[in-house]
Amino acid sequence: MTRRRRLALCLLVAAIYALHQDVWFWRTARPLLFGFLPIGLAYHAAYSLAAALLMWLLVKLAWPSHLE
Amino acid sequence: MIPAIVVFLYLGIVIYIGVFAFRRAALHQGAEDFFLAGRSLGSFVFLFSLFGTNMTAFTILGSSGHAFHNGIVTYGLLSSSSALIIPLTLFLIGTRVWALGKKHGFMTPVEMYRHRWETSHIGTVICVLQAFLLVPYIVIGVMGGGTTLATISGGRVPYWAGGAVVALAVMTYVFFGGMRGTAWVNTFQTLLFLSFGAAAVAVIGSGMGGFREAAEAMLASPATSPLLTRERVSPLFFFSYTFIPLSTIAFPHISIFCLTARRMVQFRKTVILYPLCILAIWMPCVFLGVMANRATDIPQIRQKIEARRALGADGARMTPAERDQLRGKMAADDVVLLLLERYAPLWLAGLLGAAIMAAVMASDSQILALSTMFTEDIFAHYGGKARFGEAAQVHTGRLFVVAVTIVAYTIALKAPQTIFDLAVQYGFSGYAALSPLLVAALYWRGSTKWGALASTLWSAAAVIAVAVFQHLVPAPAPGPPVVVWAAAGLDVLARTPGGTAVLGLLPVVPMTLVSALLMVVVSRATAKPSAATIEQYFPPQPKQ
Repeated sequence: MTRRRRLALCLLVAAIYALHQDVWFWRTARPLLFGFLPIGLAYHAAYSLAAALLMWLLVKLAWPSHLE
Repeated sequence: MIPAIVVFLYLGIVIYIGVFAFRRAALHQGAEDFFLAGRSLGSFVFLFSLFGTNMTAFTILGSSGHAFHNGIVTYGLLSSSSALIIPLTLFLIGTRVWALGKKHGFMTPVEMYRHRWETSHIGTVICVLQAFLLVPYIVIGVMGGGTTLATISGGRVPYWAGGAVVALAVMTYVFFGGMRGTAWVNTFQTLLFLSFGAAAVAVIGSGMGGFREAAEAMLASPATSPLLTRERVSPLFFFSYTFIPLSTIAFPHISIFCLTARRMVQFRKTVILYPLCILAIWMPCVFLGVMANRATDIPQIRQKIEARRALGADGARMTPAERDQLRGKMAADDVVLLLLERYAPLWLAGLLGAAIMAAVMASDSQILALSTMFTEDIFAHYGGKARFGEAAQVHTGRLFVVAVTIVAYTIALKAPQTIFDLAVQYGFSGYAALSPLLVAALYWRGSTKWGALASTLWSAAAVIAVAVFQHLVPAPAPGPPVVVWAAAGLDVLARTPGGTAVLGLLPVVPMTLVSALLMVVVSRATAKPSAATIEQYFPPQPKQ
């Protein structure tokens, strides 16, 4: 893995970590996704999906195959 | 009674799985086979079993109970941070632990630490602390089994008998099946969890007349609308919780489990799908817990809401004992159970009972981990294996499983649960504070055994200090915390209604950061392991 790619992935992980702190939806429940899911909860459901996507990227681009 | 019958059927199935695993392994009963399933688990079992191993009674019961009183913040605090941190630590640390285990034959993390830092007794100190922090989880598991079986049988099965039945079932399949049996049972349990969540949401939603109306009604009421936002929680407190999932990889039963994969490729699917499993299981539990606030036609739920209201309104004028009494009435771990009793058909209530039992029985891998640690880090390390042979090591491991189960059951009958709830609460922080050991061993050439010892002793001291502090300063009523130490205009140490705050953060943050700092400072000041040993962990990288 090149140094530039490693840096890009580290920054991406840091950005996703920072996005957990979603202060912008702190005091509001609306809009309700599907009419019942508060936006703060819907955001963190989407965050879990984003985490899965990030893991897919890490596995694809930075798998430590030299360990095997 | 039907739910209880389903649960007994479930217990029969898991015992059968354990015995089946025993028969499957009868031809090759070495220590690696019993304690690590012969390092042979495939992708499917590895993913679902690892996930199941990390799911406890708190997943279904505790998360919905927490969400009932605290609202949607529960998912952000406990789940979405785990969805990022746990698979990331499996990717960065789990794969390396697996590779080193395969290369050197390690069966526990302490074995790796001893080799990596060329130490013996410091490894024993780490092992003792790990065991000390793990025991309360096993006791809580037995207690949960007794309570759950008593509840779903309508009191026909008393607490002592329920605890005994669960302890016996877990002991049987761990005793016979070892890691293979435990992994298969955990896989079965996880599939049960996954099927439970979707069915429960659909049935309860339909029974409540749809969630849209319930959500709108909650928003219209000043008492319940904050539960659909996070306005009652400070962003700093919310941030603190992202440190808690660091504990997962440091738990011995998780790091030992990383050694069971057949090949490293088994980690790939686990790392990618882990966040989705968290979403599938935690989201229904949290959402149902919040929505339970609208189920005021259920008398027990109405009582909990009234107790919460009384504590919020008059708590400041009450004595600590009166507040504790109200908190007892507010205990909400049974809200999902109550919703299902009210809205679900019997078959689903039975499935729920089995799913809850599955959650409660997560203590299986912890019992096995303790047994592995005892036989490998103590018995084998201090000459038992060389003297008595590998077969004796496996027999010792099995006897240890029996002994731990009996001790846990005896304690569960006599000790009050609150003590162990507290111990479990700070177990997470303690293991998070031990995570720098893994990072330093695997990623830093300059780490030393003295740095590891300093981190370990700090973690132990910090856990004890927080427990003593919370014992001495009673929890205040909901509202502002009791500031015990302020300096330079900052609240350095405070007692909050739910625990302790250090500079507005959970104790886990300073515990982990100071542990990492000690590792760095003390390692820099002390002698490194030999170059030959370091070379085995940091071989020269091939050029790109």
